[in-house]
Amino acid sequence: MLSNTGNTLIFINIILTLSIIYFSFQFLNKKKRNFGVKKFVELSLYQTTLSLIIFFTLILGFVFSDFSIENVYRNSHTLKPLFYKITGTWGNHEGSLLLWINVLVFFSYLFLLFNKKSNHIFLIYTLLIQNFLILGFLLFLFVNSNPFSLVVPKPLEGLGLNPILQDPALAIHPPLLYVGFVGSSIYFSAAVASLISGLTGSEFAKKIKLWVLISWCFQTLGIILGSIWAYYELGWGGFWFWDPVENSSLMPWFVMTALLHSVMVLEKRNMLYSWVIILCLMTFTLSVTGTFLVRSGILNSVHTFANDPSRGLYILVFLSVMIFFAITIFIKKNKKDHYIFSGYSKETFILANNWFMAFFLFTILVGTVYPIFTEVLTQTKVSVGPPFYNITIIPIVIPFLLLMAIAPNISWIKDRTNNLKKISFLIILSILINSIIFHFFKSMSLISNLIIISSLFLIFYTLSDFFSSYKKKIHLDPSRIVSHLGFGLLIFFIGLNHNFSIEKDFNIKVGEKKSVENFLINFESLNLIEKENYKAIVGTFRVDNKKNSNSNTLSPEIRIYSQPETLTYEASIRTRLSHDLYLTMSNINRTELYNIKFQKKPFMMMIWLSAILISIGGFLRIFKK
Amino acid sequence: MRLIYTFLIFFSFLFFNLFAKDISTKEAEIFKNIRCLICQGQSIADSNSEFSQTLKLVVKDQIKEGKSKEEIYDFLIEKYGEWIVYKPTFSKNFILWLLPYIFLLLGGIVLFLLIKKRENTKTN
Amino acid sequence: MKINFKITLVLITVSFILFVFFLSLGQKSQYDTRDLIGKKIDNFNLKTLEGEKNITEVDLMDNEYTLINFWASWCSPCRAEHKYLIKIKNNLGLRILGVNFKDKNKNAIDFLNELGNPYSYIVKDNSGKQSIKFGVYGIPESILINKDLIVVKKFIGPIKKEDLELISKILKNL
Repeated sequence: MLSNTGNTLIFINIILTLSIIYFSFQFLNKKKRNFGVKKFVELSLYQTTLSLIIFFTLILGFVFSDFSIENVYRNSHTLKPLFYKITGTWGNHEGSLLLWINVLVFFSYLFLLFNKKSNHIFLIYTLLIQNFLILGFLLFLFVNSNPFSLVVPKPLEGLGLNPILQDPALAIHPPLLYVGFVGSSIYFSAAVASLISGLTGSEFAKKIKLWVLISWCFQTLGIILGSIWAYYELGWGGFWFWDPVENSSLMPWFVMTALLHSVMVLEKRNMLYSWVIILCLMTFTLSVTGTFLVRSGILNSVHTFANDPSRGLYILVFLSVMIFFAITIFIKKNKKDHYIFSGYSKETFILANNWFMAFFLFTILVGTVYPIFTEVLTQTKVSVGPPFYNITIIPIVIPFLLLMAIAPNISWIKDRTNNLKKISFLIILSILINSIIFHFFKSMSLISNLIIISSLFLIFYTLSDFFSSYKKKIHLDPSRIVSHLGFGLLIFFIGLNHNFSIEKDFNIKVGEKKSVENFLINFESLNLIEKENYKAIVGTFRVDNKKNSNSNTLSPEIRIYSQPETLTYEASIRTRLSHDLYLTMSNINRTELYNIKFQKKPFMMMIWLSAILISIGGFLRIFKK
Repeated sequence: MRLIYTFLIFFSFLFFNLFAKDISTKEAEIFKNIRCLICQGQSIADSNSEFSQTLKLVVKDQIKEGKSKEEIYDFLIEKYGEWIVYKPTFSKNFILWLLPYIFLLLGGIVLFLLIKKRENTKTN
Repeated sequence: MKINFKITLVLITVSFILFVFFLSLGQKSQYDTRDLIGKKIDNFNLKTLEGEKNITEVDLMDNEYTLINFWASWCSPCRAEHKYLIKIKNNLGLRILGVNFKDKNKNAIDFLNELGNPYSYIVKDNSGKQSIKFGVYGIPESILINKDLIVVKKFIGPIKKEDLELISKILKNL
């Protein structure tokens, strides 16, 4: 019954979307217009409500374990805790598509609501394009990836959900990301609408500013949460692996950041319109490209959904149509920009920001798709992993940090102040602090030194901005201070974390000890425990710090789940502000030995807090409105 | 004032060991660069698979024998193909390594021309 | 004219990228080493199961072809392929070097007593480290080499019925 309800509602939603498209065409053809924008607001509301109901229908299927629905059968189980039954709804391909659609329609409705008072032609064009996107995804859902397809006869039990996916962070991570990069659809549509309707310049900037901000904030949070989850759950102690799926979420982020800054120029100075349009088009394009890479199965990754080339084909066709359509409209309708700006001005610095963002984006894109190209063109398989990205990107982060520090204080149009004294003083302070770290703690490579110095510079400069504005009672932009400070702190702590981490991989038996730098690790005991849906071998390790006589007990586990039969390795993590102690254990088959990975990871907590600070800056700006 | 600044800069540079290497052990660095062939996107440092465990032992032995990183990578590439290392060899993949910097340079040129053009237009 | 050039460039690049994506849809993303042939297997030295002597590459140079099979008593696909190995020995007269991988002598001998012994030579690799020299990454895995010790064919996973025909063909092309 749920299945039929779901399918019927999807079908109705398709019809509704088609009617919105039809009425939009009617509206835009002035002769046939016989209703106002209010009607569209109503229709969008119905569309949003309907999409939500469809989503709830699927959730109900999971909650009540209706295994006649194939999607529920494949991804759930009666023994799964209720919370994870619900979150399991979007932890699979079909369910996540439903989430895509909900975000698409929700943003469509909200944009309409916020802008219903003016510029109706522009508005309805935006609605039109957005609804074409919605239609595309609805058809994809209905025809290829239907979450309500039936399994006959109805199975008695589900195939369960991967235990790794049963985690709170992982539950919120997709919704956050979707508000991010799926939300970028609205300014994609707005950009096309702007080209066609002629609503350009700062007016356009004002229209999309809020949406760029919202999608950026959520994208940032979504990425951070994904990293936090990976760190705590995957058991390797890392938080970023340059995995294709991670890269797919990071690439739109760079464009969003570039757009965030360029929109400021467009709004204040009515310049860079064409560039802003290109950025708007690119963000959602990259989002769909990322979805393609992840779901088509052409890339080897920890995160991939199950392979199905037909999905890949559909998304590729959708992506191609979108790209060519956008390019065509752009070529046809874009007028050449005329503007003048001086070399030493904020506009130039923002363009420089875009230049760096483009570099980071390009590098990650090339690294991610290069294996695809080599395989298709030369039949060899090549791996592109962290070493490539780290070596290529990190050196460029150094000048970027310096730029980030200085740029916000540069005036619009032309800057006449001389900050040289302040800059030199802060550089020297940064170098000094770095030298202290270097001298009293540990040597680092040149690049590491420069990273620490430039991130410190950004931190100090931003703080000095804050204090001097506070003293002089000049109006200050708190969101910029907070975000830039967060970024500086993030790089600083990542730099320290990388250089001061201790890690050791070794094999020992119960009762044995191992010395790792100033730590003594005692493999005290091994116990078997039984829980609701898994059994676990728990190792008890006492870690003594010889330097300060502190002692910590860490208990990593090897978990054996029965539905489905999986083995997972749970890390034991002891978190403090100053550092984390991280221990994982795995058995070596047919021996009494266990493979232990012990890590001391400084400042992990500070890394998370700094990253969250970056997004807080964005949220501050949203709430200022 | 300037003298003090200059002195401080030199003083702090004295502490720079410009040729120090990042100290993550050779072992950890190599482990992170080798791909587990039977896993989905994990290095042998991160994976607990049988293959990873064996390979770690082999690499540890070779490090003890005094083999260099390059020798170890070459050995593994010979046995398992290029896919096993995460860092693509430069000689075979120079397009990959150079393209980002070419892009950076081109972007910089575009930016420079853009500003120069505007400056010229302005002074005119 | 200049604008047209830029646009054409963009369109061509985008089309090319999308086309490559399209072509890649058919490929599998999991890697295996089956195409890694043509290399020489050299320089190995493995103790026989009972430890009475060592087998090196020199011992295999007398055979036109040798099949090197990596197996263990605890590996269930190895059980499944074992009958084909027996067939290879009996019907094709091909000499097989069995490398017992991360196993215990007793279990290995019991296994062979139960299912038959297709091996002309049996060696052991208790730590698994020697098998790395052969480019093996899982078991069962088999490598067919010629008298010059060049790898002619790799079999990733258990030997199947179709593989028997393939091997027979290779042997006949003497």
